[in-house]
Amino acid sequence: MHIKCLARFCAVLTSGVLLLWSMAAVAESGWLQLNMPRGVTAVSREVYDLHMLILWICVVIGVLVFGVMFYSMYFHRKSRGVKPAQFHESTKVEVVWTLVPLFILVGMAVPATKTLITMEDTRDTEMTVKITGYQWRWQYEYLDQDISFFSTLSTPREQIYNLAEKNTDYILEVDNPLVLPVDTRIRLLTTSADVIHSWWVPDLGWKRDAIPGFINDNWTLIEEPGIYRGVCAELCGRDHAYMPIVLHAVSKEEFAEWVQQQQQSTAISAAH
Amino acid sequence: MSADNGYYVPHQSIWPIVGSIGLFVTMIGLANMLTGAWNASVLLVGATILLIMIFGWFGAVIKESESGLYSQQVDRSFRWGMGWFIFSEIMFFAAFFGALFYARQFALPWMAGDAGRLVTHEFLWPTFEYVWPSSGPAELGGEFQPMGWWALPTINTLILITSSITLTFSHEAMRHNQRQKHINWLALTIVLGLIFLGLQMYEYVYAYTELNLRLETGIYGSTFYMLTGFHGLHVAIGAIILAVILGRSLRGHFTAERHFGFEAAVWYWHFVDVVWLFLFICIYVL
Amino acid sequence: MAATTHDVHDGHGEHHHGPAKGLGRWLFTTNHKDIGTLYLLFSLLMFLVGGSMALIIRAELFQPGLQLVDPHFFNQMTTMHALIMVFGAVMPAFVGLANWMLPMMVGAPDMALPRMNNWSFWILPFAFTMLLSTLFMPGGGPASGWTLYPPLVLQTGDAFPFVILAIHLMGISSIMGAINVIATIFNMRAPGMTLMRMPLFVWTWLITAFLLIAVMPVLAGAVTMLLTDRYFATSFFNAAGGGDPVLFQHIFWFFGHPEVYIMILPAFGVVSQIIPTFSRKPLFGYHSMVYATAAIAFLSFIVWGHHMFTVGMPLTAELFFMYATMLIAVPTGVKVFNWVATMWRGAMTFETPMLFSIAFVILFTIGGFSGLMLAIAPADFQYHDTYFVVAHFHYVLVPGAVFSIMAAVYYWLPKWTGHMYNERLSRIHFWLSVIGVNVLFFPQHFLGLAGMPRRVPDYALQFTEWNMVSSIGAFIYGISQLLFVYIVIQTIRAGDKATDRVWEGAHGLEWTVPSPAPYHTFDKPPKISTADAHG
Ligand code: HEA
Ligand code: HEA
Ligand code: CUA
Ligand SMILES: [Cu+2]
Repeated sequence: MHIKCLARFCAVLTSGVLLLWSMAAVAESGWLQLNMPRGVTAVSREVYDLHMLILWICVVIGVLVFGVMFYSMYFHRKSRGVKPAQFHESTKVEVVWTLVPLFILVGMAVPATKTLITMEDTRDTEMTVKITGYQWRWQYEYLDQDISFFSTLSTPREQIYNLAEKNTDYILEVDNPLVLPVDTRIRLLTTSADVIHSWWVPDLGWKRDAIPGFINDNWTLIEEPGIYRGVCAELCGRDHAYMPIVLHAVSKEEFAEWVQQQQQSTAISAAH
Repeated sequence: MSADNGYYVPHQSIWPIVGSIGLFVTMIGLANMLTGAWNASVLLVGATILLIMIFGWFGAVIKESESGLYSQQVDRSFRWGMGWFIFSEIMFFAAFFGALFYARQFALPWMAGDAGRLVTHEFLWPTFEYVWPSSGPAELGGEFQPMGWWALPTINTLILITSSITLTFSHEAMRHNQRQKHINWLALTIVLGLIFLGLQMYEYVYAYTELNLRLETGIYGSTFYMLTGFHGLHVAIGAIILAVILGRSLRGHFTAERHFGFEAAVWYWHFVDVVWLFLFICIYVL
Repeated sequence: MAATTHDVHDGHGEHHHGPAKGLGRWLFTTNHKDIGTLYLLFSLLMFLVGGSMALIIRAELFQPGLQLVDPHFFNQMTTMHALIMVFGAVMPAFVGLANWMLPMMVGAPDMALPRMNNWSFWILPFAFTMLLSTLFMPGGGPASGWTLYPPLVLQTGDAFPFVILAIHLMGISSIMGAINVIATIFNMRAPGMTLMRMPLFVWTWLITAFLLIAVMPVLAGAVTMLLTDRYFATSFFNAAGGGDPVLFQHIFWFFGHPEVYIMILPAFGVVSQIIPTFSRKPLFGYHSMVYATAAIAFLSFIVWGHHMFTVGMPLTAELFFMYATMLIAVPTGVKVFNWVATMWRGAMTFETPMLFSIAFVILFTIGGFSGLMLAIAPADFQYHDTYFVVAHFHYVLVPGAVFSIMAAVYYWLPKWTGHMYNERLSRIHFWLSVIGVNVLFFPQHFLGLAGMPRRVPDYALQFTEWNMVSSIGAFIYGISQLLFVYIVIQTIRAGDKATDRVWEGAHGLEWTVPSPAPYHTFDKPPKISTADAHG
């Protein structure tokens, strides 16, 4: 084989391998994490669609406006020897570019209103969990099942201080996750015992503040089993970055089993 | 007179920087008092500097005014200045009125389970029933009796309204160049202001000792003292301003045509009066 | 003006004396140009201080994990960075521009209340000394974010009353400054300078001043209630006593939202001066620009709830705030379209002020778009308190407000100093700034959407890459600002002699006086020609 050919072959091969490797690396890394998750509830998907709708409308308006601007900057420059026009007023175009955006806004407001009304309708729920924020952990109380526990960050301090290799779920891991059944309309109440926190799992499509002295009313209906992670989203002091939320969504049967286990272990610890 | 063909721009004044230093010392003194680090002495030093500044600054302005340096246009600048200053004061009070309104219309009813906030009521404040005046679901500050609107507050309202009327008489007299009359009515106004303050003091003592109504009496005590307290402070400031004006009038300042110093004080007094009317209705009557 | 009157008052007799000598000139000055200079220099200093704090933030966020600072200190940096940038850098910069330019633009001898003008300025150095000193107090400075939400803010250490009272001082300063602006504009215009002939910078400042007087006292009231809650056991923000922590948020944002327009309306004014100059064409739609500014100001009072969509307001309130907020896009759009129409069929050149203005229009609009997205309440349930919000407001504040200040400085610096700045260096400054600022803030959109919360010193691993990019951008952008400092100093000390009109297409009274502008301009009201109306 000709030496040149071999070199070319090697080059193609290595670049191919490099490309594959870098694609894999990119997929694993955060480079492609550019957008909101679609989530696992009907509401979260509605929110996602709304988000994309407005985003694209803004992109189109932006392209138009900036397009005109760049056109003008290119063709209407002094160095091309143009004489400046002197027009400076036109009620007609002012009215047009007041009304057109107004109509576009109405177009956005309609779906937004619909989604908002759905999200705020907390009727007809099948079970209730009360979530209380503390500096810096969450408490979950299953009001119908009589279960209650705290959920605290479980990432070791060494990882935070860069003394140990970081886990994949670095600072998104807890000792006791919140366990919820899928396909159930669940009411989630948020409140706080000290300062304001905010309970947020992006895959559910919303966050809601936990305010001391008041309770906020929310609901969700998870469609897919899985592990979903979230964070406290309201600044609550020193360890605000370290009060994550881990949510295990499980089938109804698994949930029933889990409930039993929990109730037994509480009964045992109560007996002691 | 030169005043008519130019806008008087003073050159170089030490008073503003003295004022800044005075404010700084006052604030540092107050902050250190609040943390418990210092006693009141630094605060008093700051206040003294401020007082010196006010005398010096206003003294300069009065001198310039009396020597005819101020044109009509300068006079108008002072009017714009005073007018918008009063507007800023209105917005300051608006914040406290807003708090009162919010607590009564939203926070308390929600805690009592109205307007779809049943969960808050059920889980956090199950025994709370909302009646105004309220010291909140935890009844902070212990049992108390509300301040009635009859008697003292009504008398105080009448006093303030009267003082606005006497001040208007004083102003009328000034316009008609009746100096003695002007001075008499003005003095009466100040006396009424002082009586108002005295009664207010009495009311506070009564509230603390007899009604157990304190700053710490929940949202009712908070809004009551915050609003009436800042109002009282403004009455005191207004009375001091009027006293200074009285002193100037006695020394023959002002003319029937030119007396913005006095007019500004009149505006201020009326503003304080109007705030009281709102306060009387919102705090005492409603 | 007869000299005799001044003999009475100041010993040196002659009215048209120049500035006094030494430090006293700056401490005791009543001259609007001196005070304008003081404001601008102070603002630059604060920009560097607040920017250094931002660099500490960005350095910590370069990687996940805690490497440089303690989380509590990180929170202090976030809080201080914002307070200093907002109250120390951007607002004073615009007041400085107002001081320099308003009297010249309306043909006035000075600001209406010159002594108070000095006071407004000199309160600020004391206020910020007090604020910065809290970093060295037991328990550190405020760490609750610039929004100072209770109950968290009540956990501040001994610094607490110092922070509150420093904010009071800033408020007093702003209110007096604003009163001065209003009195000057309403009372000091030269004959013939009717309201509808005023340059847009004057108009936008007039409306800004109104916003300031309306909302700074409200902030004062809010922080006063914090103070009494902490030290006198009142219950404004305590549910047990019948108050509500959310009440503070309502009052704060009633101030806070107009506040953000306080930081952008003068910027609109600046850009509306510069684009016509370098397009050699009058501003398109002068009247609608004025009305749009007023409309934005009006709407700014009824949209505050959009910062609180997640606190759990009643549905009707959420809907109201959402609709009202969306409406602001209409008058703001009118402004953007008018700028583009001004450029349309002009004869443009691209000196540095114009470059910054064009970048302003584009990048501010991008920030406005993300604002509109945030206004959609159900979507804001996802965006809120993430880096998407951080990206939004930095786009409107940095390539928005700050770029407009840069543009204004390059535009008027020759008038102030009598020297042209170095056009080549300033273009380098521009390009480094535009590239830097986008590398810095664009990736923050991705971070926010992907789920990174704001006000955290540490984050999950998937956010590493874009945080690194953002931090690199921060250092590029930050360090290029040193070039700006260099250019300004260079221009003050030397440089080509500037002509009176400076820019070929410039109109307005300020260009009819010599460069540098004499210490006293317009002791006698100028004649207003139609060409110089509208600036
Ligand atoms: C200069 C400052 C500035 C400016 C000008 C704006 C402008 C706007 N802002 Fe922004 N904002 C801030 C500074 C600013 N903001 C800050 C500092 C915060 C965070 C505070 C904190 O929490 O610390 C914030 C936060 C903030 C929030 C809260 C987010 C959250 O915390 O969850 C929201 C929500 O509605 C919002 C909305 C808007 C809107 C709708 C505008 C509008 O004015 C934008 C209007 C402009 C346009 C829309 C672009 C041009 C228009 C067109 C080209 C016309 C056609 C367009 C359409 C029809 C789409 N802003
Ligand atoms: C006008 C207002 C303004 C301005 C101009 C800026 C400018 C910048 N901001 Fe700021 N920012 C806010 C207002 C502003 N910000 C507000 C209101 C918040 C919210 C706070 C809160 O959550 O409470 C915030 C929060 C905020 C955050 C989020 C912090 C958090 O959530 O924890 C970040 C993070 O990247 C950031 C970064 C920056 C950067 C890199 C700049 C850069 O543009 C700065 C560039 C300038 C310099 C870098 C200084 C000049 C350079 C030097 C001095 C030379 C280099 C230095 C040395 C050699 C020592 N800002
Ligand atoms: Cu809890 Cu942030
Ligand atoms: Cu806002």
